[in-house]
Amino acid sequence: MATTEVERTLNHLSRTLNLTGHVGFDSLPDQLVNKSVAQGFCFNILCVGETGIGKSTMMDTLFNTNFDSTPSSHDLQDVKLKSHTYDLKEKNVMLKMTIVDSQGFGDQLNKEDSWKAIVEYIDTQFDAYLQEELKIKRSIHNYQDRRLHACLYFIAPTGHSLKAIDLVTMKKLDSKVNVIPVIAKADTITKTELHKFKTKIMQELVTNGIKIYQFPTDDETVAETNTAMNGVLPFAIVGSNDEVKIGNKMVKARQYPWGTVQVENENHCDFVKLREMIIRTNMEDLRETTHKRHYELYRRHKLEEMGFSDSDAKSLSETYEIKRQQHVSDLQKKEEEMRQTFVIRVKEKEGELKDAEKDLHVRFDGLKKQHADEKRKLEDSKKRLEEEINAFNQRKVAAQQASTLGKKKK
Amino acid sequence: MASLNSVKREAFFRGETANLKFDPSARYGSDRERVAVKEKDYNSREMDNCEKEKRDEREKKHGGDTHKELEGYVGFANLPNQVYRKSVKRGFEFTLMVVGESGLGKSTLINSLFLTDLYSSEFPGPSHRIKKTVKVDTTQVMLKENGVQLKLTTTDTPGFGDAVDNSNCWQPIIDYIDNKYEDYLTAESRVNRTGIPDNRVHCCLYFIAPTGHGLKPLDVEFMKRLHDKVNIIPLIAKADTLTPEECRDFKKSILSEIAEHKIKIYEFPYCEDEEESKIQKKLRDRVPFAVVGSNRVIDSGGKKVRGRMYPWGVVEVENLEHNDFIALRNMLIRTHMQDLKDVTNNVHYENYRYGKLAPVQSDGKIKPGSLTKDPLTQMAEEKRDHDLKMKKMEAEMEQVFEMKVKEKKNKLKESEVDLQKRAEQMKKGLEQQQKELDDRWRQFEKEKQEWESANDRHKDILDSAKKEKKRLF
Repeated sequence: MATTEVERTLNHLSRTLNLTGHVGFDSLPDQLVNKSVAQGFCFNILCVGETGIGKSTMMDTLFNTNFDSTPSSHDLQDVKLKSHTYDLKEKNVMLKMTIVDSQGFGDQLNKEDSWKAIVEYIDTQFDAYLQEELKIKRSIHNYQDRRLHACLYFIAPTGHSLKAIDLVTMKKLDSKVNVIPVIAKADTITKTELHKFKTKIMQELVTNGIKIYQFPTDDETVAETNTAMNGVLPFAIVGSNDEVKIGNKMVKARQYPWGTVQVENENHCDFVKLREMIIRTNMEDLRETTHKRHYELYRRHKLEEMGFSDSDAKSLSETYEIKRQQHVSDLQKKEEEMRQTFVIRVKEKEGELKDAEKDLHVRFDGLKKQHADEKRKLEDSKKRLEEEINAFNQRKVAAQQASTLGKKKK
Repeated sequence: MASLNSVKREAFFRGETANLKFDPSARYGSDRERVAVKEKDYNSREMDNCEKEKRDEREKKHGGDTHKELEGYVGFANLPNQVYRKSVKRGFEFTLMVVGESGLGKSTLINSLFLTDLYSSEFPGPSHRIKKTVKVDTTQVMLKENGVQLKLTTTDTPGFGDAVDNSNCWQPIIDYIDNKYEDYLTAESRVNRTGIPDNRVHCCLYFIAPTGHGLKPLDVEFMKRLHDKVNIIPLIAKADTLTPEECRDFKKSILSEIAEHKIKIYEFPYCEDEEESKIQKKLRDRVPFAVVGSNRVIDSGGKKVRGRMYPWGVVEVENLEHNDFIALRNMLIRTHMQDLKDVTNNVHYENYRYGKLAPVQSDGKIKPGSLTKDPLTQMAEEKRDHDLKMKKMEAEMEQVFEMKVKEKKNKLKESEVDLQKRAEQMKKGLEQQQKELDDRWRQFEKEKQEWESANDRHKDILDSAKKEKKRLF
C-alpha cells in the first residue's frame, strides 16, 4: 500500500490511516448485498398512456413473461388504476414487482381530471409509508414498499409533438415519481421522422419545465453509458409477445407484409436501450431517487401542512405533544362553546315561558279583580235590599199602629 | 481500483462463485489475478441468446398464481450488483465501543483488529488517559481497503472500573449511547432531512479480566444494564494467561453466569448457506472469545507474525490454536459487521424510540391501540371521535331541551285551563247570586206594592171616614 501521512481534518479530528495487512472489511458491500438478496427486492412501475397504446404488451416484453392482462375498452367513465403484484425470480434474486396500469386514461371527452386519479394513487402510497414511519411501534424494515419507483409515460406516435394532456399529466407527475417518457408503437415512424419527433418532444418538455428522469452520471463506472442514453431520450419502443423465426432463431418481432420489426434489434427500435437502462443499470437508482427525493418532498409537504416545522428547536416528539395538547384543547373549547350556546338557548326559552306565565297570572288577577268588584256590587245591592225591607217593615209596623189607633178612636 | 470492482461485478454476474451467492471468504485471493473484461453488455447479450435457446423448451406459463416464469434473461439479477456499486460509492461507517478496566489490552486489540495504529504514542489509548471520573471519548479514523471506505469511530471509556467506588460507573456510557440514539431520532424526525449521519454505537466489546473464576460483580452489572441498549460482545482479555482447559472452564462459567442473570449478549445469526454455516458454527462455539492482541511483528519459524515473544515460546495472535482472535476478527468484521448495524437499527434503536414516544397515560399504562397508529392518524381519529361525540351530545341536548320545553308548555296550558275553569265557576256563582238577589228584589217590590196599595186603600177609607166625621160636626 502506498504510504500516506496521517492527516487531520480540521473539524472532526478524523484521520486517514493505512492498513498494514488485510483486515477484511472490504466484504462489507458483500454483506450488505447478501442481506438485500436474502430479503428480496421490490419494484413498482406505473404505466400511463391511452388505451390501446401497448402498455401491457410492453410490460410483457420487458419482463419476458406473460402477465395476465385483459385489454380494456374505450368507454370507461373515469381513470382507474389497477395494480398487479408478481413474484419474479432470476438467478437467486427475488423481485416482487407491482405493475400499475392506468385504465381509461385519455378516453373521456373531458380529460381535465385524468391525472387526478394517478396523483391520488401515488400520494396514497407515500402516505401509507409515512404513516408506517411515524408509528410508535413500527416495522419499517419489513414494510412492503408500494411506492412507485418509475412511471413509463407512453406517448402516441403522432410524429408532431406532445398532446396537451401529455404535458398536463407529466407536469403533475414529475415531482412525484420518476417519469420516463417513451414513444409507443414506434414501428409507425421512420428514422428521420423519429429524430425530429424526439427533438420536438425534448424541446417541449424543457419549455414546459417538465423534469423527466435523467440517468445518473455521478458513478464513473456507468457515467458514460448513462450520459449517452440521456441523449437518446425518449426511447422509441416496440413491444411484442409473438415470436418469429429469423435466420435460425426465434425472436420477438412483429411481422408485416413489408418486413419484420425485431424488438431486440437496436436498429429497429430502442427497446434494448430501455431495458438496459431501467432494469440492468439503474433500477437501484430509480428506487433510491424515489425514496430520497420524491418521498422526502412529499413528507416535507405533509408535515408542513400539519403545522410541523424545524424552526423551533424542539424534537419531534415534543412538537407532537404540543400539537396534541393544542388539538385536545381545541376540541375541549369547541365542546364548551356548544354547551354555552345551549345554555343561552335554554335561558331564552325559560324567559319566554316565564313571560307567558306572568301574562297568564296577570290575566287571572284581572279576572279576579273583576270578580271581586262584581261581588262587592252584589253585596251592596243586597244591603240596599235589606235596608229597604227594613224600612218597609218599619212603615208597615207604623202604619199598622196608626190604623189600630184610628180604629180605637172610633 | 475500479477495475477490481468491475472484475468482482463480473464474477457475480457470471455466477462464477460456487452456488451463485456472494462468498466473502472466497474472493480475496483469486480475483486479483483476473483481467478486466470488456463491457458486460456484450457478454450479457451473448448470454441472452444462449439462455433463450436453452429455455425454448421450457413450459411457458404458470397459471393464476403470482409467480411468473421468465422466458428469457431479463436482467434484474443485476440488481445486487447495482446495490454493491452504490454502497461502495457511499462508503460505510461503523462505531465500536470498547469497555473494560485499564490494562486489559483494549488498545492493543483494536490496533491488532484493524491492523493499524489507531492508538499510538500520539493518540494514546484509554489506559493512558485515566481521568478522575469515567468519561466517554471518541476517535474517528478513515480506513480504506480495496476501494471500500470505512469510517470507523472508536469509543472508549477511560476510567471505567478503576475507581475505588465503581457504583454507577456505567452511567456515563448509558448516557452516551442514549444521546446518540436521541440525535438519530431527532435527525430522523426533522421535516427537512438530508442524509442522516449514523453515530449510534453498533457494537460494544466488553473486556473481562482473565481471572479464571467467573464474572466480577462489575461485569455482571454492566452487562445487565447495557444488553438492552447495544450489542454486547464479551471478550476474555489477555488470554495468554489461561491454559486451554482453564480457558474452557472459564468460558463455561461465564456463559452460565450470563444465562443465570438473563443477560442477552449479541448472538451471531445463523447463515443459510450450509458450508458457510459449518465454518461459522466452529467459530461461534468459541464465544466468549479469548483474545490476545499485539502491536509487534515477530519472526517465528521463518514467518513474520504478530505475536508476543516469551522465553517459553511465541504466542501467535492470528493462530486459532493459540487464541480466538481470528474468530473475533472474522465474525466481527468479515461476516457480521453489517448485521451488527442492522440489529442496532432494527432492535435497539426501535426499542429506544418506542420508549421515547409511547404515550403513557396517567395510570402508567399505554393507551390501547395507540402504538399501531402514528400521531397524525391518531389526531385525525381523535378529531373524528370527538366530532361524533359532539354530534351525539348536541342531539341529546336538543332532545332534553325539547322535552323540557314541551313539559313547561303543557303545564302552562294546564294551569291556564284550570284558571279559566275557576273563573268560569266564580262567574257562575256570582250570576247565581245575582239572580237570587233580583228575585228577592222583585218579590219585595211586589210585596211592597201590594201592601202599599192595600195601605192606600185603607188610608183612603180612613180619610173618607174622617171627612165624613168632619162633615157631621
